[in-house]
Amino acid sequence: MNPVRLPVKPPRSPMTWIALAMLASLLLLAVAGPLVGGAAADRPDLSAVLQGPSAAHPFGTDNLGRDLLARVLTAARLSLLLAFAATLLSATAGILLGASTAVVGGRARRWLGALINLLLAFPALLVAVFLAVVFGAGATGALFALAVAGIPGFARLSQTLAAGVANTDYLAAARVLGLRRHRLIRRHVLPNIAEPLLLSTTMAAGTALVALSGLSFLGLGVQPPAYDWGQLLNQGLDRIYAQPVPALAPGLAVLYAALTFQLLGEVLAGGVARRGPALRARREAPAEGRPATGDQVLQIEDLTVELPTPDGVIRPVRGVSLTLRGGEIVGLVGESGSGKSLTALAIADLLPEQARVTRRTHRLLGADLTTMTAKERHHHLATALAMIFQSPASALNPSLRVGTQLTEAVRAHRGASRAEAAEQAAGALRRVALSPTLLRSRPHQLSGGQRQRVMIASGLMVRPGLIIADEPTTALDVTVQRQITDLLSGIRQDSPTAVLFISHDLALVAGLCERVLVMYAGTVVESLPTDRLATATRHPYARALVESVPALTADRDRPLRTVEGSPPDPLTPPAGCPFQPRCAHRRDRCATDTPSLTELDPGHRVACWHPLPLPVQAATS
Amino acid sequence: MSPPRLSRHPWPAFLGRRTARLLPSLAVVLTASFAMIRLVPGDPVRAALGVDAAPALVAARRHQLGLDQPFLAQYRHYLAGLLHGDLGTSLVTGAPVAELVRTRLPATLGIALPAFLATLAVALPGGLLAAVHTRDGRRPRAELAFTAVTATLAGVPDFVLAAGLTALLAVGLQLLPVAGAAGAGSAVLPVLALALAPTAVLVRIVRVEALKVLSEDYMRTARAKRLPPVRLYLRHAAPNMATASLTVAGSLLPAMIAGTVLVEKVFAWPGIGSAMAQSVVAQDYPVVQAMVLILGTTVLLAGLAVDLLLALVNPRSAIGEM
Repeated sequence: MNPVRLPVKPPRSPMTWIALAMLASLLLLAVAGPLVGGAAADRPDLSAVLQGPSAAHPFGTDNLGRDLLARVLTAARLSLLLAFAATLLSATAGILLGASTAVVGGRARRWLGALINLLLAFPALLVAVFLAVVFGAGATGALFALAVAGIPGFARLSQTLAAGVANTDYLAAARVLGLRRHRLIRRHVLPNIAEPLLLSTTMAAGTALVALSGLSFLGLGVQPPAYDWGQLLNQGLDRIYAQPVPALAPGLAVLYAALTFQLLGEVLAGGVARRGPALRARREAPAEGRPATGDQVLQIEDLTVELPTPDGVIRPVRGVSLTLRGGEIVGLVGESGSGKSLTALAIADLLPEQARVTRRTHRLLGADLTTMTAKERHHHLATALAMIFQSPASALNPSLRVGTQLTEAVRAHRGASRAEAAEQAAGALRRVALSPTLLRSRPHQLSGGQRQRVMIASGLMVRPGLIIADEPTTALDVTVQRQITDLLSGIRQDSPTAVLFISHDLALVAGLCERVLVMYAGTVVESLPTDRLATATRHPYARALVESVPALTADRDRPLRTVEGSPPDPLTPPAGCPFQPRCAHRRDRCATDTPSLTELDPGHRVACWHPLPLPVQAATS
Repeated sequence: MSPPRLSRHPWPAFLGRRTARLLPSLAVVLTASFAMIRLVPGDPVRAALGVDAAPALVAARRHQLGLDQPFLAQYRHYLAGLLHGDLGTSLVTGAPVAELVRTRLPATLGIALPAFLATLAVALPGGLLAAVHTRDGRRPRAELAFTAVTATLAGVPDFVLAAGLTALLAVGLQLLPVAGAAGAGSAVLPVLALALAPTAVLVRIVRVEALKVLSEDYMRTARAKRLPPVRLYLRHAAPNMATASLTVAGSLLPAMIAGTVLVEKVFAWPGIGSAMAQSVVAQDYPVVQAMVLILGTTVLLAGLAVDLLLALVNPRSAIGEM
């Protein structure tokens, strides 16, 4: 089973509106700023030089008595225009350079890639400073310096994006049609990489504005008598100790513009991400059983799990009851989505926080988990229960040695010393037929079968009363599957451990387990001894499931039986019996009343109003 | 199945390949810094000495700089000088530039390195913590606040922040020294100005990396063992996000080094950056040239250091796949 991941609806963000409002105000400033501030910005007033903030001059005045507020407003147009121009130039050149790597030959592509890498080794600001010196101080020099410095970044991005397009079928088809390179770029490459490039261009406009201000601040950019925000900041810096406001005002303008582009990029990026592959709600359903007495290991009654999804709350497990005794192996089978794995996670108290779990009884090794505090439950489950998951490839931590992963649970929960734990771990490895020398290995050095044995050994370390194995063999070769099931079967022969074996593979379950629970749409529909599975199922769904398993002796001329229809939508479960919309034996009552598990024969329970008759050969044998 | 093994001596091969990759970039820095003074518009010597300088003095300086020699001879001379630690002479002060670098470089490294370490020290645990608290879509409001705050901080230009910090903390509240390098306290504001935006960028990326790791199957295995949270996150999650996080952190380092140019100017910090800013304005090209060379080389060596660090943290992926 895959880990349960809940779909999350991104909260509607007020950031979109804030970013748009900021952008609008910035554009307005660029248009209207010089008109509003123009006259005051250039009017010297020698009676009011180097003043601090006042009613007449909110930001104070400069060394010629010119109003700084007016100058900051006026400087907006030049600052923004230069930034936009630089961005446009680097984007155009960089994107063309990068996109062309998708349509040129292998050698040219490698050279271009190496060139881009070489230039990218240097920070854009450093390159811009260097070029601004070479081009000569001034607005034009700074503009081109920045434009050139920005090219490698755009080139790398579009190169990466274009590489994704380069190997696609439609580009190959277009090449076969003999389209020329510039047409390939324009028609096939650029449209497919446009969206992420737009995002980067937005972010780059902000970076360009900051960098241009930086160049002017250094004295390399806009030269007097012209002025932009960076230059105003430079002029104000000498006064910052005496009069912070006049010095900081242009800085605040740069900050405001930088944040505008930053937020805009953020919003655009969110939009791009949101249109990615939609998250689908994973859902699973549960199993059943009836209370039993004796050396019970697990007893859970009326288990229900509710999960919130963007479309509403679903109940993937509905009223499952289950009992396991010591030394018993019970199979839990059903289609994916039937609730098997969620039932297992609910038993182990490992469901995500948002999941709502209710159950009437939940006893494990005699202890009542429903009355425990979270801490007590945590402690009890740590040693009473172990889980083995599907895909041993990913279930072991790649960064930690096998020994560490085997010993940490007993060290944390049983207070074992390092040496004791290591000795137990060696023993556990021997029990799963592995050499104790593997303790020093890392997971990537093991085969898939060895990893799953390590997982089982890890489960055995705490000497649990119950092992839940969730599709433990699904990711393994058939021959290795057999070794793993033999191992699980052997475990409960040397100890009273119970095993709950979850699988969609009926044949495997039939060969391993003593009892089988069949789940459908979050409920247990049939519970029976394994020896009756092949011949004596009574629930229409369970029967169909059994008949859909191909036997080696099957008559190959006869079509394999499949279960018609599809499982119910968890958001809108059908009334009555969950299987009735697909059931060929449906009658009136099925659509109105939900059948509960009823004992038909000793140890054989079925949730069906009209159980199928036993097949003739089963009745006569 | 026998475990796959690394080749017997992976380190020398790795170091060789990585150093070989450095050479073209180094050649670019050397050539660019050499060419700079020859590319600037007009006569750099006259520009530095002033329009009314005596022609004889200008000619003498040109000769001193070797500008009257053939181009290739100049390049050879330049490289030979570098090998002997000769970085040229300032047009303005007449002092050897190498001496300036010797006094200035430690000051720049003294803020750039702490800023980088501070970024790591805050962003790595911060991103992990944020991921733990917002995984599986829990606390959506906190997640939104985190995104908004880090997006805002990531957009604050370092030199604007530097000016703001000066005004607020040093001038307004008079808590910390505002300019120059006098004691450890004076480095606090420059380091803060350099580190804030990269930290905000990195903490977000670390959070995303951590969310990826937290949803891995092996983390579910670890949770099923009911390990204490400290062990769960530090032993099981942290090593698996180290490589990706450090790679991104390394990519932020060059921009931080370049940022010293502006930040040092604001704080009058006596480093390479402020020397460069001053000499740019004074059109003292031999100094600008040397500072470009030093900053460029520092960036390249920092990249090398980050790659070596990554190889130490995760030998398999760094050495094996390079």
